[in-house]
Amino acid sequence: MRDRSLILAGLLLFLGLITFPIWYNLASGASSKEPELKLPANEKQCVASKETMRTTHMEMLITWRDRVVRQDDRTLRTADGRTFEMSLTRTCMKCHENREEFCDKCHLYAGVTPYCWDCHIDPKLARRTNG
Amino acid sequence: MSANRRTFLGVAGLSALALAGKSTLSAIEGSEKKDAAASAPKRWAMVIDPQKCLKNEGCKDCIAACNKVHNVPQFADAQHEVKWIWKEPFEHAFPDQENPYTAEALKEKPVLVFCNHCDNPPCVRVCPTKATWKREDGIVMMDWHRCIGCRYCVAACPYGSRSFNWLDPRPHIPALDPNFPTRTKGVVEKCTFCDERLARGQQPACVESCKEKALVFGNLDDPTSEVRALLKEHYTLRRKPELGTHPEIYYIV
Repeated sequence: MRDRSLILAGLLLFLGLITFPIWYNLASGASSKEPELKLPANEKQCVASKETMRTTHMEMLITWRDRVVRQDDRTLRTADGRTFEMSLTRTCMKCHENREEFCDKCHLYAGVTPYCWDCHIDPKLARRTNG
Repeated sequence: MSANRRTFLGVAGLSALALAGKSTLSAIEGSEKKDAAASAPKRWAMVIDPQKCLKNEGCKDCIAACNKVHNVPQFADAQHEVKWIWKEPFEHAFPDQENPYTAEALKEKPVLVFCNHCDNPPCVRVCPTKATWKREDGIVMMDWHRCIGCRYCVAACPYGSRSFNWLDPRPHIPALDPNFPTRTKGVVEKCTFCDERLARGQQPACVESCKEKALVFGNLDDPTSEVRALLKEHYTLRRKPELGTHPEIYYIV
């Protein structure tokens, strides 16, 4: 065990290097920062609570999709008795009009790439491309 | 309280009965609700008057209106063409009318054609994913989320009503309408009788845009509807009826 100090130093160096991204992010404060979403300015209440929307909006949208397309049932009655048209572009994006600052920001953070916008049109994009 | 076997079985049996009774009641309630919705049967259909349409032969109002509200791409190359409603010479639209002396009024004249929303749709039979199906109101619907692009339906449709997106359609749409989705490369599309407009109580876009009122849309199951009145009054043709598809677009001759 004559090389103990060398081995330990080498191990420490190795551990330090391999965990460098973690230290770096901790130091810069990037990893602890959740995305800051731009919430709609003139609407305070979504179709369900913030927590529900945060965790299950994807399942909700899939349910809407099936009910609208396959059952021609387009009206949503919320738990508190309000009614909405079940539509991503006509209902959700009427309030959440800034896709980049709302949808994309969180999806990027979570590392998911939903394909909604392959077909459904972000109204802002339509305005931009149509000029 | 200690329960012996007898009281336990008694309570369990009563609870089971109560549960069964409740589900039966709710089932009856549910079926009543369904009956109420089905009490007004619908069978959407269209009656086209080619003579009215031909008053202005170059008119493309209905085609333009449809393309606009449905984000139908416009490809310069005919091989990539995507079409929902278009014009076809009379002889092509009605090849079964084997008449060498077609009336001058119709001979080689453009006739409006689109999905016939058949009562017995061959496209629906062949779709392996149920991406296309016949709704109870007769609309042959499409679920573009579910289409895998196998093109069986394109091959099965005897009217050429279905188009395939060989390329990404987005860059080929003149003006995007955010109220309706586009399709992606590898998806089949066609006329859906404007199901999204019907849901809002509007007429199909082509019908609304026609100044001559050459297209009339309505419910065949309603004996007082305009389509029924027109069918009662006029002799009408359907495209390729001999195939047994029972098309629901009627042409007044």
